[in-house]
Amino acid sequence: MEIKSPTFKQNSHDALANEQLQKALGNVRSGFIDKRRKAADRLPEFDALRDEAKRIKDHALAHLDLYLEAYERKVTASGGHVHWAETAEDARRIVLDICRASGARTVTKGKSMITEEIALNDHLEKNGIRAVETDLGEYIIQLRGEHPSHIIAPAVHLNKEQVESDFRRVHDHLPVARDLSEPESLLNEARMVLRKEYVTADVGITGANFLVAETGSSIIVTNEGNGDLTQILPKVHVVVASIEKIVPTLEDASQILRVLARSATGQDMSVYTTVSTGPRRKSDPDGPQEYHVVLLDNGRSSMLGTEFQDMLRCIRCGACMNHCPVYHAVGGHAYGWVYPGPMGAVLTPSLIGVDKSGHLPNASTFCGRCESVCPMRIPLPKMMRHWREREFERRLNPFSQRFGLKFWAFFARRPGLYKLGTGLTTPLLSLLGGRKKRLRRLPFASGWTRFRDLPAPESRTFMQQWRDRETQKQEAHR
Amino acid sequence: MSGREAILGKVRRALGVDAEDGARGDTVEKRLGRPPEGIIPERGQVADARRVKSFCAEAEAVHATVKKVKDHSAVPAAVAAYLRSKNLPAEIRMGADRRLAAMPWTKQKALTVRPGPSDGDDLTGVSHAYAGIAETGTVVLLSGTDNPTTINFLPEHHIVVVEAKDIAGNLETVISKVRRKYGRGEMPRTLNMITGPSRSGDIEQKLLLGAHGPRSLHLIVVEG
Repeated sequence: MEIKSPTFKQNSHDALANEQLQKALGNVRSGFIDKRRKAADRLPEFDALRDEAKRIKDHALAHLDLYLEAYERKVTASGGHVHWAETAEDARRIVLDICRASGARTVTKGKSMITEEIALNDHLEKNGIRAVETDLGEYIIQLRGEHPSHIIAPAVHLNKEQVESDFRRVHDHLPVARDLSEPESLLNEARMVLRKEYVTADVGITGANFLVAETGSSIIVTNEGNGDLTQILPKVHVVVASIEKIVPTLEDASQILRVLARSATGQDMSVYTTVSTGPRRKSDPDGPQEYHVVLLDNGRSSMLGTEFQDMLRCIRCGACMNHCPVYHAVGGHAYGWVYPGPMGAVLTPSLIGVDKSGHLPNASTFCGRCESVCPMRIPLPKMMRHWREREFERRLNPFSQRFGLKFWAFFARRPGLYKLGTGLTTPLLSLLGGRKKRLRRLPFASGWTRFRDLPAPESRTFMQQWRDRETQKQEAHR
Repeated sequence: MSGREAILGKVRRALGVDAEDGARGDTVEKRLGRPPEGIIPERGQVADARRVKSFCAEAEAVHATVKKVKDHSAVPAAVAAYLRSKNLPAEIRMGADRRLAAMPWTKQKALTVRPGPSDGDDLTGVSHAYAGIAETGTVVLLSGTDNPTTINFLPEHHIVVVEAKDIAGNLETVISKVRRKYGRGEMPRTLNMITGPSRSGDIEQKLLLGAHGPRSLHLIVVEG
């Protein structure tokens, strides 16, 4: 997938001016936050479970090599195959080889961000294999030639009228006069069209929410049932998952499941939680005849042992973007690659380089809502700060920004000068603010004042006010 | 160098660990051998009498419907009644589960029972749950000839029979039970946990029931 993160600023401008997108983003603001809050409130142990979930992942990451080996042994013992892919290219090649070996012409896909990351669909199409997305949201955006704008609600940037016009364009074998004005009728049409795909597909590809070392199982969590139809009907089931999806045992998966759905959609439990282990057994009347797991690294191992290791705890619930004021304003596509929102702002530089995605960790107000709702307690703002530091160290940000920071740092290290400076400018700005106490224009700050006024400061600096307060307190004591 | 060795090598170097470090291996073996139970929420630890009640309440909260019956012999009539209430044809798809097979289906004269996995043309499927989970109103089903997995997903309507004595408080209890049945570290091909009928919120975040899986989930709880 083409990387558009370098033009984040332009992408954001376009997004802010896009009326349809702004209308659709209202659904994120109104829905997710409330639902998560209610689900969390209904479970008194929720925060304790978050701590436990964090501990489990930290333990798994600290012993990742051993759990990967244990997991592989169990997959093999249950008749499945494990393939190790260092890079996205390796993973694409492995999946294509599996498809070719089974003579596949059509593959169905369950929702999977990892296959977006490795741009699997394009690769299969280029090699003559049709890939059909079966999650309703993914299906819609595939028809539009788009990528997900949200990791759990891929079509959240669209309104139903847009979906209707896509269905009319693509499903041209259906009667023109049919009514598609309601979401129900759109869903029914997708259900009918996709039913045929499930049964004709030769290979089904899914991601995994967890890989369980104890049993060699992959677990997927879904609401629609498409992931299950994808993994039980075709004769070959391929799981593509990154190495940090490993948890030691089924109990560990269970602990994390209790925070996953609540954080994502506000459900206590998703509709379908499915544990798959190997191919169908001799006596099984259904299920795939082959089971393959592609274990993808693609940069994750180089996050281990660094200040970005905590990011590998991420379970892709989407809570951080659901609560992010920047995501609310510009949506997911502006981020320019696979992973949007705060988790994307941290993960994207790790995977494609901070030189291409430096705007992302800067696109934050550091309000801290993402960290406060993250079920895995990932310190997202702190890690965005680490990326800003690296960007500065590698001289990747523009001159004006670097100069500004150095200018400020010069004064910040010299408290006397700093006080003198603020002592002079604060009353001046206060004076310029006038009766309304707002500044409509300010040199070097047009980026702010073009869109809104800058509140003028009080006439005295914080330090001066603080000193007065302390003095008053002492006098009151006497 | 193979991808496997390359990845494991990178992971070990990044963690600063040695493949031969016995202490780490012991930690991992111990955890895999004796999984710590973790935190079980209070609502997952309700006592016997209240367990069935909270199972039913949680299931109904996620749009499943629930019918309690006194014993096994009452199940076929309950199935037939459900089909009539939904105006569905008197035909079901069902696996070879012995508990289901022992029920008096022939007494429902109009009802046709088609055996085996679903071929995608069934309107209604009937399965027997391995267990229920009171904490979330979930039913747990295992793959095999007894209850083929396709029946859980292909039919438009899914009826699941669950015995009150199989309703556990929480998932951890069910995991232990699976471990006793199959052996440590062993699993059936597919273990499904199903919590309500299929749904999607992908169009304008509006909740719609009946996405790709069954449009309705009807649970028959056998109390006897």
